[in-house]
Amino acid sequence: MATHKQLRIALRNCGVIDPEKITDYIERDGYSALAKVINELGTVRTIDLMKKSGLRGRGGGGFPTGLKWEIASKNYADQKYVVCNADEGDPGAFMDRSVLEGDPHSVIEAMAICGFSIGATKGLVYIRAEYPLAIERLKIAINQAREYGLLGKNIFGSDFDFDIELRYGAGAFVCGEETALIHSMEGKRGEPTVKPPFPAESGYLEKPTNVNNVETFANIPPIILKGAEWFASIGSEKSKGTKVFALAGKINNVGLIEVPMGTTLREVIYDIGGGIKDGKEFKAVQTGGPSGGCLTKKHLDTAIDYDNLIAAGSMMGSGGMVVMDEDDCMVSIAKFYLEFTVEESCGKCTPCRIGNKRLFEILEKITEGKGTMEDLDKLRNLSNTIKDTALCGLGQTSPNPVLSTMDNFMDEYLEHINEKRCRASQCKALTRYIIDAEQCTGCTICARNCPVNAIKGERKQPHTINQDICIKCGVCYEKCKFNAISVK
Amino acid sequence: MDIVKLTIDNKPLEVEKGTTVLKAARKAKIEIPTLCYFELDGMKIENKPGGCRVCVVEIAGRRNLAPACTTVCTEGMVVKTHSIRALNARRTVVELMLSDHPFDCLICAKSGNCELQTLAHKLGIREIHYQGAKSTYRKDTSPAIIRDIDKCILCRRCEMMCNDVQSVGALSGIYRGFNAVVAPAFEMNLEKSTCTYCGQCVSVCPTGALTEVDHSRNVINSLADPTKIVVVQTAPAVRAALGEEFGMEPGSLVTGKMVAALRRLGFNYVFDTDFAADLTIMEEGTELLDRLGKFLKGDKSVKLPILTSCCPGWVNFFEANFPEMRDIPSTAKSPQQMFGAIAKNYFAKKIGVDRKNMVVVSVMPCLAKKYECAREEFSVNGDPDVNYSISTRELADLIKLANIDFNSLPEEDFDRPLGESTGASVIFGTTGGVIEAAVRTAYEIHTGKTLNKVDFTELRGLENIRQASIDFNGVSINIGIAHGLGNARKLLEDIRAGKSKFHAIEIMACPGGCIGGGGQPYHHGNFEILKKRAAALYQEDAEKPLRKSHENPYIKQLYEEFLGKPMSEISHHLLHTHYFDKSAEIVVNE
Ligand SMILES: Cc1cc2nc3c(=O)[nH]c(=O)nc-3n(C[C@H](O)[C@H](O)[C@H](O)COP(=O)(O)O)c2cc1C
Ligand code: SF4
Ligand code: SF4
Ligand code: SF4
Ligand code: SF4
Ligand code: SF4
Repeated sequence: MATHKQLRIALRNCGVIDPEKITDYIERDGYSALAKVINELGTVRTIDLMKKSGLRGRGGGGFPTGLKWEIASKNYADQKYVVCNADEGDPGAFMDRSVLEGDPHSVIEAMAICGFSIGATKGLVYIRAEYPLAIERLKIAINQAREYGLLGKNIFGSDFDFDIELRYGAGAFVCGEETALIHSMEGKRGEPTVKPPFPAESGYLEKPTNVNNVETFANIPPIILKGAEWFASIGSEKSKGTKVFALAGKINNVGLIEVPMGTTLREVIYDIGGGIKDGKEFKAVQTGGPSGGCLTKKHLDTAIDYDNLIAAGSMMGSGGMVVMDEDDCMVSIAKFYLEFTVEESCGKCTPCRIGNKRLFEILEKITEGKGTMEDLDKLRNLSNTIKDTALCGLGQTSPNPVLSTMDNFMDEYLEHINEKRCRASQCKALTRYIIDAEQCTGCTICARNCPVNAIKGERKQPHTINQDICIKCGVCYEKCKFNAISVK
Repeated sequence: MDIVKLTIDNKPLEVEKGTTVLKAARKAKIEIPTLCYFELDGMKIENKPGGCRVCVVEIAGRRNLAPACTTVCTEGMVVKTHSIRALNARRTVVELMLSDHPFDCLICAKSGNCELQTLAHKLGIREIHYQGAKSTYRKDTSPAIIRDIDKCILCRRCEMMCNDVQSVGALSGIYRGFNAVVAPAFEMNLEKSTCTYCGQCVSVCPTGALTEVDHSRNVINSLADPTKIVVVQTAPAVRAALGEEFGMEPGSLVTGKMVAALRRLGFNYVFDTDFAADLTIMEEGTELLDRLGKFLKGDKSVKLPILTSCCPGWVNFFEANFPEMRDIPSTAKSPQQMFGAIAKNYFAKKIGVDRKNMVVVSVMPCLAKKYECAREEFSVNGDPDVNYSISTRELADLIKLANIDFNSLPEEDFDRPLGESTGASVIFGTTGGVIEAAVRTAYEIHTGKTLNKVDFTELRGLENIRQASIDFNGVSINIGIAHGLGNARKLLEDIRAGKSKFHAIEIMACPGGCIGGGGQPYHHGNFEILKKRAAALYQEDAEKPLRKSHENPYIKQLYEEFLGKPMSEISHHLLHTHYFDKSAEIVVNE
């Protein structure tokens, strides 16, 4: 994958060091940020540095990390907690896994820095049980850090104690939401609660708790070592530093990339991603995970940062980026994402529990060719209400795929409804296999292979497909040697 | 006190810091509809999961709508409770709920009392724009409670009651997304859970998802059967609440009208559970004195504190949760069952009726009594001592069904002999009443002196756990009182840890005692209503000529003619019971 235009901060050590050797990490300045914080900066200056760096949370919300730490540091309590959110529930996302597998010490070091800054002595990593390698490497790294005295009592000879434990998630997407994550760690039902109170006020076991994402943490040691100004010089005006994306879909180079904030979608897709597969035409890019929006050609020159993506009708999310080409049906895409949200909703609030199900049902109806113009109004109204009334971030963003595809690809919705046509031939119910009488030689191979006997015709005479019987399996299309069958 | 200034619907307001938008609006007489929100004001418990999203309001400068129930007022906040945006959202949210709801209003037990129905009506919903699949579940019928959770709107109130108030934990949110619902773990039947049938979940459910098992059909059939003598008993708390179902003020005492109504419904004998409550005091009070006497003499085999046993919800609770301590509650049966035993073994003989031809019906504030009367140990050859137990609400429905104009009924008196009672038995219906009644009798028996002051006000009130010491001729008797099973659990854990300093403890499963029972007219969490019901019972007590159970002439007669003396062999056989270890029958949560 093209490396120009990329800049590795969070992924700086991934693939470079042996993640199971603490000495490798230490050789590359590992744990010197923690030493600097404890021996030199102290809590106030560390938090100040974090604030000045402009680092914002990489878990999706983009909340300023320094500010979050400051709030947690000011809430007095006998016990506070640092939580690392390694739930990474977005389908197709693996940035956090890569960091934990490739550079677990950077997260451990950053959690300790955070603990020192906010006055917490306990750290918890909430990690999905489906990440056995990451878990294994984290365990090794934690043990090594303990052996080296970098976790435990009196770190660097100070009176600062800090240790880390692992907690395992069962893989529910919503458990990545911080309040749900905390409830899940407490052994309760993994569902969000209303904020405020924020975790920084009342979190794990009702104690002040600072939750940050894996990638957020991975950025922190270099920020401490190289300074706030260095970090703030990278990126766009309101979004500093870099972001890791998981490039996927109809693109030549798929995989993890890390680019400065402010890089345009075009640079990512064409310069780094190598353009669209098989020379097809770019149609859309979906950013932000399952509840992000689909952006189109007109957004290609948008500089990627938190605010621009929201303004365009999508979001940063945790960094999923799925590229679509002319073969993708945008109504089906919206339906696909809604299916995911319906599956993953915790069910606590009415708009998300029932509303998303209804959105999905309407989309299903449209892809089956049974949609009406009224359904479009319903889609929009319901989407707006869900966004406006849902309890947590999942429901508040889940209609994005619907709204953004309606905004950018209305013509496709209209085709499905009015012409009963899917231009990408993705909607089975709308596709029709048709035999061109000019091309058909009457070889009968299609009729003999049709599993439901939908094809009739005399030998050496043009054949026809009875659309009422046809189940759209496409066998005839594949079998015909004369290109006589087409999909409409 | 910090003050926050804000405006709601253009009204400038000043509220205490920390006040929610909902409370601020209510203070200003601006009504914001709610559904999942529920406040048990007397227990300082609020259910506000923020889940239904019916109370959403528009707040200037905020990206999305805010739930009024959980959003705290901030300085300068500008709130619009009924903007078009809020109204549309609210309406859509309720339409969504209805789109996943069975249209059973015509035959639903909750119809007319249903908060969802009322809300739909209030919002003027005439059409449901978003139709689709419905989430459906197995209907679960237990001996006391029916769960028809197709009607569950996930308000979580029952969960709050069962977990936070009762500490039973039989109900919790299960499944996810569209299928999420509140149910016992693994959606097993309530019967297999730790449920005590206290009915507190039923008393707060806004819809018909949780209702009582209807025994009123059986009662009608019995009344219509000419071969049956149908005897009814009414629990003390019923008379203090039944009037509410007929538009009367909470706290209206309707004893006389209730008796009149029961006669008009066709019961052959209208008796009073209070009679059996007096009997309970004779048995339980004697047991208390017996154990206390032995204890004071240094007998190590005696267990103290003695715990009351007249509440079947509480009995179910300790059988499931503290089975190893089942030898400390009194063995006295509940008044309902004492009544049944006396009616079928004494009264039936007295009037020359075969017990099989006698139907005993109880009217109870309670759902646990439905389960209790069906317990095997309370039957003789398959014939239960108490055949059917109907709730206060079911009695109200029966009266309405029979087209009896309750409000204009004359005041009538109970039949004798099982209708005579003392003031002591009346206060059984409220927390602290049983122990006060027991003290009145135990004191006189123990000391041989007459009590001049029978009102033990130190035992009254609605605080969660109360304690008092009563001087028994130089011996100080420490009494503990808990209502609500969460409070009971605390006292039990103290006993288990050997930390309890009490000699006797009264426990009632329901907050407030039976006045707040699961079968009572809905009080919607308003403890003022409970206080008024309690006051009504204390008033009836004060107005009674006899106020100590042992003074009840018919009780004396019963002992003379039939039982001998308290804790006699026949008493043991008919009026006492034993408890079971039910923990093994339960599928443990989590
Ligand atoms: C539905 C939902 C899922 C989320 N999943 C994750 C996740 O998998 N990982 C994560 O770090 N944050 C996730 N978040 C964001 C967290 O709530 C939280 O904001 C984040 O962990 C804070 O860390 P940050 O400030 O470092 O981003 C999710 C949020 C929502 C609403
Ligand atoms: S928005 Fe969805 S996931 Fe979030 S609390 Fe509501 S139902 Fe649960
Ligand atoms: S629960 Fe309410 S809305 Fe539902 S069927 Fe019963 S009365 Fe109607
Ligand atoms: S009846 Fe009582 S114990 Fe049973 S589920 Fe309801 S609240 Fe819980
Ligand atoms: S059963 Fe009733 S009280 Fe319980 S959550 Fe459902 S609607 Fe609410
Ligand atoms: S307190 Fe009264 S109403 Fe409640 S369960 Fe006990 S006996 Fe029944």
